[in-house]
Amino acid sequence: MKKYLATRFMHMLITIFLVITITFFMMYLLPGNPLGELVEKLPEDVQANYMAKHGLDKPVYTQYFIYLKKLVFHGDLGESFVNPGRSVVSILKAGVPVSSRIGFQGLIFGIPIGLLLGILAAYKRGKVMDYFTMFLSLLCVSIPSFVLATVLQYFFAVKMQLFPVTGWGSFIFTVLPSIAFGVRSIGVHARYMRTSWLDVMNQDYVLAAESIGFSRTQLTFKIILRNAMLPIVTIIVPELALIFTGTFVLETIFSIPGIGSYFISSVTGRDYPMIIGQTIFIAVMYIFAMFLVDLLYMAIDPRIRLTDSK
Amino acid sequence: MSKTIDNQVDVYLEDDFKFDKNVSDDLETISRESLTYWQDAFRRLKKNKAAIASCIILILMIVMTIIGPYISGYSYTEVDPMARNQTPSAEHWFGTDSLGRDLFARTWIAGRVSMAIGVIGALVNITVGLIYGGVAGYIGDGADKLMMRIVEVIGSVPKMLVIILISMILKPTLTSLILALTLTGWIGAARMVRSQVLQLKNFDFVHASIALGSSPWRIIKKHMFPNVMSTLIIITTLTVPGLIFAEAFLSFIGLGIQSPNTSWGAMCAESQQMILFYPYQLLVPTILISITMLCFNLLGDGLRDALDPKLRK
Amino acid sequence: MRKKVLEVQDLKVSFHTYSGEVQAVRGVSFDLFEEETIAIVGESGSGKSVTAKSLMKLIHDPGEIKPSSKVFINDANILEYNTKKLNEFRGTIVSMIFQDALASLNPTKRVGYQVAQSLKLHTDLSNTEINTRVLEMMNQVNIPAPERRIRQYPHEFSGGMRQRVMIAMALINNPKILIADEPTTALDVTVQAQILKLIKKMQVQNKMSVIMITHDLGVVAGMAERVLVMYGGMIVESGTTRDIFYNPKHPYTWALLNSVPKLNSDKSEELYSIKGSPPDLLSPPAGCPFAPRCEHRMGICNRLMPPKYSSEDQHTVSCWLMNDKAPKVDLFKRIEVGYNG
Repeated sequence: MKKYLATRFMHMLITIFLVITITFFMMYLLPGNPLGELVEKLPEDVQANYMAKHGLDKPVYTQYFIYLKKLVFHGDLGESFVNPGRSVVSILKAGVPVSSRIGFQGLIFGIPIGLLLGILAAYKRGKVMDYFTMFLSLLCVSIPSFVLATVLQYFFAVKMQLFPVTGWGSFIFTVLPSIAFGVRSIGVHARYMRTSWLDVMNQDYVLAAESIGFSRTQLTFKIILRNAMLPIVTIIVPELALIFTGTFVLETIFSIPGIGSYFISSVTGRDYPMIIGQTIFIAVMYIFAMFLVDLLYMAIDPRIRLTDSK
Repeated sequence: MSKTIDNQVDVYLEDDFKFDKNVSDDLETISRESLTYWQDAFRRLKKNKAAIASCIILILMIVMTIIGPYISGYSYTEVDPMARNQTPSAEHWFGTDSLGRDLFARTWIAGRVSMAIGVIGALVNITVGLIYGGVAGYIGDGADKLMMRIVEVIGSVPKMLVIILISMILKPTLTSLILALTLTGWIGAARMVRSQVLQLKNFDFVHASIALGSSPWRIIKKHMFPNVMSTLIIITTLTVPGLIFAEAFLSFIGLGIQSPNTSWGAMCAESQQMILFYPYQLLVPTILISITMLCFNLLGDGLRDALDPKLRK
Repeated sequence: MRKKVLEVQDLKVSFHTYSGEVQAVRGVSFDLFEEETIAIVGESGSGKSVTAKSLMKLIHDPGEIKPSSKVFINDANILEYNTKKLNEFRGTIVSMIFQDALASLNPTKRVGYQVAQSLKLHTDLSNTEINTRVLEMMNQVNIPAPERRIRQYPHEFSGGMRQRVMIAMALINNPKILIADEPTTALDVTVQAQILKLIKKMQVQNKMSVIMITHDLGVVAGMAERVLVMYGGMIVESGTTRDIFYNPKHPYTWALLNSVPKLNSDKSEELYSIKGSPPDLLSPPAGCPFAPRCEHRMGICNRLMPPKYSSEDQHTVSCWLMNDKAPKVDLFKRIEVGYNG
């Protein structure tokens, strides 16, 4: 088992390395002045100064190694081009808690509702309730988050004025974006849980347990629930990582200062260090989350744990 | 000799205790005619009302995207500064946008782009996935391991990220957009195809075929292909909504389709900024995207149920 | 006279499916006595498994045990028990073991934990006492190195071992009745013999009654004192094992016995198989369920359900051939009508 984990860990590191490298070179292969419009209007010698300051006068490969060195040994992702003086890391530090908040709140709202709906659908299989809940789940998954966001914004903020239209601050600012983010999770988890629950419910070991005297409540909570949650766990974890890509558009719509809106503005403003830095951050989060899923699955499903040690 | 329990008969008929010489000839025949896999699947699909409804709606949409721009009498590029931001009326059925362009025509032109991207993108994903996964599964061993390693690496990166970055690098044409969207999308299809092929390779009916002397091509054609096909059909249908969403997402950030061309996502982006003043402009593209995604999902689900061989009756 | 421990009266079970009501069990009645082993034999779809599950009321939606059915254990109709009573009686008075031991054990819980469950549910024993009892049980079912084994998971055991675990799990509370639903079907022949021997040993030791559900006549011969032959949801013949094997009176029983290939048969003889397939239980025939496939079918067989005739020594047959008016038939002789020769 340890060998497997070590291999996976190595894979993770290699992938991260590749991501950093590829992203870096992708940005530098783009046409146009790397410093963007900000600097184009400046006289040539000032430009040269700027370039030297950011190390842009050196060949690409050297820049790459310098970048790597700074990243690995100092945790330094460079400085923003568009907002000079602000390090990428500091911008990330400011934005991450904001995006995370929306994401977490959305998941805390969406996942339990989704799971419960899924279990309900499983028990009412084939009946109207089943079709209804599954249709609802499909709806949740099919309506794009930004569509939902704009609809929510229009009805609850603009028309009914129950919530602020845009901006960030106290809890009330987080409500609409969280809901817009979390609704999709309801659908995803309801569908998965229904399948998983039905699957476990009909297993022989549930019947066998019943035959030695388990009551229905005991069966539900001690056996079915635990076994049905297994596959669910493996989708919850990546969802945590995908918070960061999922909030991009929501942050634009609600004018929320998370890393998503920074990312978008850095994309449109060609702020390369920001783009690279954020990409690396998000990718690393995701890759790490996938690794975590493997670990988790090993911890909770004995079948996997043991077959690998042979 | 016998003592009866449960004796209920008092009246016997004449033939009761004569041997029934009518030996049924159809004892060994199957009681119902058997249908081929596809016929059976189609029959089951027809029963799924939601899937059929979705299919009809989608066909209607496609028809509208083809003829829609011509019905209203306005061109989608025709700018009319006098008729800006009008609410829906008899003149302009969906109203006009900030440049005075007829929204009805624009909506259906946009639909062409959104649908095209969805469908073409899905087909590209499937084709690449099919070839890659099929080869990996069929060859197996070292080549398979290497190919899967590559897939692993590509798959470890969040898709949205790649899409955004690639869109940044390439010019925002339709082709490059599709390229960006499909660069990571084929992985799912490849994985599925590969695992199906691996499974099928080991099935007894393949061994039986080989034992009977079939060539590899025949095996692929007759046995593997039909089984993989059903998975592919399902994947294709279910990938489309994701692509439509991704394109809309990109347009929202400004990386998607550029003016004067438009897509539903781009229309959403434009109108979102004016939500406080002209909310109606947002209504149509929003609803259309949602309905399209919903229909593809319903259809895909229906197909999945219909094509599952274990549910055959 | 041995005491009766189980009495089934007119058990009827149906499943309400999309296509209609499938009558899986259509009126089954039998008795079970102290310390005896009976076998219920039949092909797939005959209703034997459903009968077994009904004895512990383990039938759920869309299955339905018809209200007229009665299952008496210790003079009480368990089909009328409320949930609390049911849970009390399961695992203590009656236990069941299943065909697929791997599927019947929770893959995510250790074996020791699972074997102990019945004790945890029904007794007040302390953890140490439970642990001792579990180890004792593991020894009784001949699982070597039990202290190590109880910490392992089901998939770490071989097929035969798993079946032993199931037996331990079922018998740890000393039930009076054990229902074994095809316990050896999924096992190798040699392992089969071991498991059957084990069941026999436990039966004698615990003074249990055993109901053995199987389609394998060899198992019947080795284990059961009495046999019930089921077909199309009904018992068509029942009697002592000896009687059934040497003096079958129902054409189906005879055909079943004859289908087993014999080692000393003439090589030029074709293997006998019963033509046709089991009846459609969605719309069961009005007459005898075996009639369409019976070589000795008479007019009345298609028309009416045969009553239960009994001959000497507890041998009952549901067949019109037993009626006084029927022609005498020697089942062991070949008759030209319809034989597949």
